[in-house]
Amino acid sequence: MSENLQTSVREICRACNNDRARMMDIVLAVQAKYGCVSSEAMDTIAKAVSTHRVEVESVVSFYAFLSSRPKGKVVIRLCNDVIDRMHGADRVAETFRQELGIGFGETTPDGQISLEYTPCIGMCDQAPAALVNDVVVTELHRSTAQHIVREINRHMDPRRLVTRLGDGNNAHQLVQAMVNNNIRKAGPVIFAPSDLGAGLAKALAMSPAEVIRDIKTARLRGRGGAGFPTGMKWEFARGANDQNRYVVCNADEGEPGTFKDRVILTERPELLIEGMAIAGYAIGASEGIIYLRGEYAYLRAFLEHMLNECRNWGILGQNIGGKKGFHFDIRIQMGAGAYVCGEETALLSSCEGLRGDPKNRPPFPAQKGYQSHPTIVNNVETFCCVTRIMDKGAGAFAQLGSSGSPGTKLLSVSGDCRSQGVYEVEFGIKLRDVLKMVGGEDAGAVQVGGPSGRMVGPDEFDRPICYDHLATGGALMVFGPECNVVDIARQFMEFFVEESCGYCTPCRVGNVLLKERLEQILAGRGEREDLAYLQELGETIKTMSRCGLGQTSANPVLSTIQSFPAAYEALLKDTRTDGFRPTFDIGAALGEAQAIVGRRSVHFAD
Amino acid sequence: MSETMTITIDGREIQARPGQTILEAAEAAGVYIPRLCYMKGLTPHGSCRVCTVLVNGRPQSACTQPATPGAVIENDTERLLALRRNIIEMLFVEGNHFCMFCEKSGNCELQALAYRFGIPAPMYPYLWPKREVDASHPDVMVDHNRCILCARCVRASRDLDGKNVFQFVNRNGHKRVAVNAEARLGDTDLKVTDKAVAACPVGALLKKRVGYAVPVGKRLYDHEPIGSDIAAAHKK
Ligand SMILES: Cc1cc2nc3c(=O)[nH]c(=O)nc-3n(C[C@H](O)[C@H](O)[C@H](O)COP(=O)(O)O)c2cc1C
Ligand code: SF4
Ligand code: FES
Repeated sequence: MSENLQTSVREICRACNNDRARMMDIVLAVQAKYGCVSSEAMDTIAKAVSTHRVEVESVVSFYAFLSSRPKGKVVIRLCNDVIDRMHGADRVAETFRQELGIGFGETTPDGQISLEYTPCIGMCDQAPAALVNDVVVTELHRSTAQHIVREINRHMDPRRLVTRLGDGNNAHQLVQAMVNNNIRKAGPVIFAPSDLGAGLAKALAMSPAEVIRDIKTARLRGRGGAGFPTGMKWEFARGANDQNRYVVCNADEGEPGTFKDRVILTERPELLIEGMAIAGYAIGASEGIIYLRGEYAYLRAFLEHMLNECRNWGILGQNIGGKKGFHFDIRIQMGAGAYVCGEETALLSSCEGLRGDPKNRPPFPAQKGYQSHPTIVNNVETFCCVTRIMDKGAGAFAQLGSSGSPGTKLLSVSGDCRSQGVYEVEFGIKLRDVLKMVGGEDAGAVQVGGPSGRMVGPDEFDRPICYDHLATGGALMVFGPECNVVDIARQFMEFFVEESCGYCTPCRVGNVLLKERLEQILAGRGEREDLAYLQELGETIKTMSRCGLGQTSANPVLSTIQSFPAAYEALLKDTRTDGFRPTFDIGAALGEAQAIVGRRSVHFAD
Repeated sequence: MSETMTITIDGREIQARPGQTILEAAEAAGVYIPRLCYMKGLTPHGSCRVCTVLVNGRPQSACTQPATPGAVIENDTERLLALRRNIIEMLFVEGNHFCMFCEKSGNCELQALAYRFGIPAPMYPYLWPKREVDASHPDVMVDHNRCILCARCVRASRDLDGKNVFQFVNRNGHKRVAVNAEARLGDTDLKVTDKAVAACPVGALLKKRVGYAVPVGKRLYDHEPIGSDIAAAHKK
């Protein structure tokens, strides 16, 4: 057994050239085969790739989908984000618990099935949803949950849970998922019909510098959330003094409530791949990487197939488009369940086979990124815009949207509205008009940009969606008039506490403290002073944190205090005049002691 | 080649060499920027965030940020002092720190920073984590209750001792230092003379049998606040 394990782990390492940088591929393969990366496996991997055992443990222990202790052959991961819970995930959780006879974080006594929670899996438009190994199950309710457990107990084959197929490529033989695209509104940039290879051909007819100039003329800004000007980023990378450069696509899509990249990857992968090839030409790179979140593993075989198709079509490969010396190809790097890996430097750490810790900046990725070479990281949607800009011209693109924010934006709309799904709208559209379009006119609050964004109330619904007003990487979570914004903020803090990489003090500790105080307030033990406390704590985390995660994680608290003061007021106790805080009930605390000694404390001699 | 540049810290112009970080340049000019995970001779880690300054208005960790010509830096401001105090308090409530009977008391950089910042007791609630003590090594012990995750032992073992005895495992608040063995420090090739042991700023990594050797009054930070030596060295 043990010799078998060592032989086959060594085999896996050899298939990855015993390359330490491919640690993620190695540990994912071991995890898939043995249900864990055991202590013995770690020793074997360390020897094979010439590193230290604790380095392997360091990686394995970082990612939610990897484990050093054995898990069941089938792992059910129920998504517990705010939207899923709004749609009944708690009832589904209860059913799973009852049917399996175990709690979350546990494995059945026969070692067959494990039950876990996982943050947003990119299915908010068809929530509640879960992953059963790699298989996505959507729109769950009690009876489907019961059915899933009974089926799995019978055949242990998650693939057989898919009894209906979704629309479009979800039904492709390499996908076979019950996921639906839910494309509610197609716009001119992403979802309009496209002429395969036309953008790349036009780019190749220009010089790389001219391509970058066009991207700048189109004033394209990143679609992943931060909104950095794409042309400028490319220019930095092109100008860096190094012959090896890299193009990386950020397909981590971890921001809760965001699922538009999932739909692009399913329906428009060739637009993305072409955009990456154009980027490769522009910055002088010959290698590209698509970092695909572990939750989207069900799309992997299909994407590999599409990469092959693009090789056949001459979009990838050697001397592309007859251009001598322009070679470009792409590989897929799988993630393993870590939101922070969407942060571009953490993503590069992960690609290098390390923990998903963000890196110190400077140097920036465009100077020194993947394996210390100049690297551009762009969002899936950004690359698609690039292809379209090359094909239809920078001017046509710049005419769409608003002056500061040209082009269209994909919105992932979920929550309390009639038509959840993906909408391609022009920048500059008012939030109120979006709400009308999606059937969420009576919304009481909208989370714009996911937990790291802002919660806005009806008095801000007339603001436009664009980089300068309501900026968003794409998520719009709609909440009804009765929603409890303080509790929503608490749930978002739960997410950040779990997903903090733990590197820096303010994010690692501060978010725990924010969550603690929100819980106190929600339990009726809040005081007026708590608002100032939360604000000071939130500002500290925002200012002092090392990466974008901590710099935005306090937003749910800060923005709800700002926009919904009445919601907090309603929960706060009037301040006591003696300055004491009722943090615990001394009578209850003494109860146990009283029971032991068999008499009542003199403090309660009433 | 090594032309100097001028940067401004709290209104005072100082000279910096290319390649120097803001923290190093300031130190050379006798300006103390509070720090904790930074240690001379180790690659900067940028994790504690105590050294945060404003560079042209933007918060940056001084230990990782290179000096650039003309940079305007704020260091000793009310606001930054308050923010740093918050960070130091976070470190206290995150672990289990009992200074009154800790062997490192008086020589501990965390405790000394708290004194320098005038923190009598943290305003945050204690988190009381359950953490382990590993006394398996004949000469060295690890008390995770006191670890502040500064990575000084990790870096020192890797870069100075050439050993990789320590590395972080887990993420978020569960992050901790692990050893390069199945579980126990005693099973690693750590020597008591390793630089990694001496690198610990707090009482998490301690030599056995030498606790409380220095009497109160003679300990490192008994008389002057931590950082005083930097200004003093410059005056000489
Ligand atoms: C915690 C965190 C998570 C992020 N997640 C993503 C993500 O899933 N997808 C993405 O494109 N960008 C994400 N980003 C932004 C990236 O760091 C980076 O700005 C982006 O990929 C750049 O591409 P763009 O300019 O095309 O938007 C994240 C940032 C942070 C701080
Ligand atoms: S802010 Fe700090 S702890 Fe949080 S994810 Fe970024 S580096 Fe990690
Ligand atoms: S000393 Fe700079 S972050 Fe710790």
